[in-house]
Amino acid sequence: MEATQASTGSGAGDQLLPAVISVSKLTKRYEDAEAVRGIDFEVMRGETFGFLGPNGAGKTTTIKILCTLASATSGSAKVAGHDTRTEQDEVRRNIGLVFQDTTLDTYLTAEQNLRFHAALYAVPKAVIAPRTHQVLDMVGLWDRKDNLVSTFSGGMQRRLEIARGLLHAPHVLFLDEPTVGLDPQTRSSIWNYINDLKGREDITIFLTTHYMDEAENCDRIAIIDHGRIVAIDTPEALKASVAKDRVQIQTADDAAAIAALADSFGIEAAVHDGAVTFSVTSGEEFVPRLFAELTVPIRSVSVSRPSLDDVFMSYTGSTIRDAEASVTDVMRQRAARWRGGRR
Amino acid sequence: MVTQVAVAAGADTEAALVAEIRVALPEHGLGHDLRAVNIVWRRELIRFRTDRLRAITSLIQPFLFLFVLGTGLSSLARRGMPAGVDFKTFIYPGVLAMSVLFTAVFSAGSIVWDREFGFLREMLVAPVRRASLVIGKCLGGATIATFQGIVFLALAWFAHVPYNAVLLLTLIGELLLLSFTLTAFGLMMAARIKQFQSFMALTQMLVMPLFFLSGALYPLNGLPAWLSALTRIDPLTYIVGPMRHAVFGYLKLPAPDLQQLAPGITWGSWVVPVGVSLGIVAVMGLVMMVIAIAEFRKTE
Repeated sequence: MEATQASTGSGAGDQLLPAVISVSKLTKRYEDAEAVRGIDFEVMRGETFGFLGPNGAGKTTTIKILCTLASATSGSAKVAGHDTRTEQDEVRRNIGLVFQDTTLDTYLTAEQNLRFHAALYAVPKAVIAPRTHQVLDMVGLWDRKDNLVSTFSGGMQRRLEIARGLLHAPHVLFLDEPTVGLDPQTRSSIWNYINDLKGREDITIFLTTHYMDEAENCDRIAIIDHGRIVAIDTPEALKASVAKDRVQIQTADDAAAIAALADSFGIEAAVHDGAVTFSVTSGEEFVPRLFAELTVPIRSVSVSRPSLDDVFMSYTGSTIRDAEASVTDVMRQRAARWRGGRR
Repeated sequence: MVTQVAVAAGADTEAALVAEIRVALPEHGLGHDLRAVNIVWRRELIRFRTDRLRAITSLIQPFLFLFVLGTGLSSLARRGMPAGVDFKTFIYPGVLAMSVLFTAVFSAGSIVWDREFGFLREMLVAPVRRASLVIGKCLGGATIATFQGIVFLALAWFAHVPYNAVLLLTLIGELLLLSFTLTAFGLMMAARIKQFQSFMALTQMLVMPLFFLSGALYPLNGLPAWLSALTRIDPLTYIVGPMRHAVFGYLKLPAPDLQQLAPGITWGSWVVPVGVSLGIVAVMGLVMMVIAIAEFRKTE
């Protein structure tokens, strides 16, 4: 893909910042729980950086601290070179935000929402109209600019929020679960807009998600669980770190095959989805040996590379869905707090 | 290479223009704060304009008080009233104050609504002073409530209140002051309350006693000591008094009658001048607004 240098960018754009976000020993304690337990990470300029974890893992709390909506209990966080505690206004000028639940005024039109935003961010009056046109075009809503937001579908509202988040040409765009609650088709179109952005604007994207397939779109991912970062790397490197491939075989006699695998190779296998499933290093090289040495007839074989699901499993010991189920209560509290806005 | 921008076909020059857009945010300044105040104020007006039902429903209550209660009680009240003065005229200034009461407080309450539906977060993450947001909201509430009051002011003739330019302007000014203070009061409450229902319940509970204790429906002289004391601590008293003073100033009543109907607010034997009375309301509005700003400045 050819990288196109973005022609939009604001004041400090020429000043090269190696790390656009740097977080050090950050903790956040609420009265009843410790949401973030000492995390460190850096996000480089131009990166798409993802926070992957179940609901309640501390993703939203971290984003709120980075956006100056919450203050950290200890540790520090810098965004675009400014401290989130002492230089709130500077941080706010440099960031755009798209929250998981809408923050649009649904009684205003799309354009009125953008005009409100432009005034709050002191976007120079001369560029408001062309910039509004540009961002609305980008998300395909220009022809709907005079419609009340209450007439928009969930996907259109999310697109409008993205357009609004970009209006003041922020250096960092925060997307908190940008596609949650949307249908698959809309999700993929939202991702098209996000990926398009990289070619158009000089922008760093920080997003949170609990969808594995979305995390694949990121340049780097931090896996966060129970308020701690357990792994941080590119999706490829994370998958390589798991090392083992997943092999599934269909046999005439599954029980005999499992026993034979244990005897001949010392492999623990189990039946998943109607196939004998096990993990080995270098799956492709293992398959010929399997055919040569396994006494049970094999009807079919499939070898798959580790997915982010496997990565999450190997670092946290549970699948993301299991983790979700166990934190439902925490999530509810968190959701209530998020809705509350501040306390 | 020029950045690709999807614009309508044939709009090449526009595309080139759009690609050149440079958004450079200026350094923080007073102009920015004023723009923020202005846009928050304008949003209130837009919301009010699109919500005609609210405008109509909030006029129903003062309407009932003036025409139903006022007419119903006038035969009974006639004995105590000086000849030629209608009871409706007597309660008109108080009911006029009432016409802005709910609109102002509930316009402030929309911030609780904004919190519940997320829009407040859009405002709170913006690089503007919290004061700009609160001031904009206060002015917005004051404007729409005053507008509401002006609609009710148009009915003055039915209460035998003359349409005199100076009188009307005086009343509009007093309504503006009252609306501002009430909105500030509402914002101060709204800063701490997380649910719209709680806000409604709490303000209903506070607003009606404020109205009844303000002397809107009865004169402030000759009251039992306990009621007299309560009326003196009700902030609304200090605006209903001057409004009634203004109305009766134009009715050309004999001095004893005027003394009976619009005695002025007394602290012991001292009659509080109209200016001081209005000053009390203004200072209270400002203090409550400052408290609201401080509340919105706190982060989680």
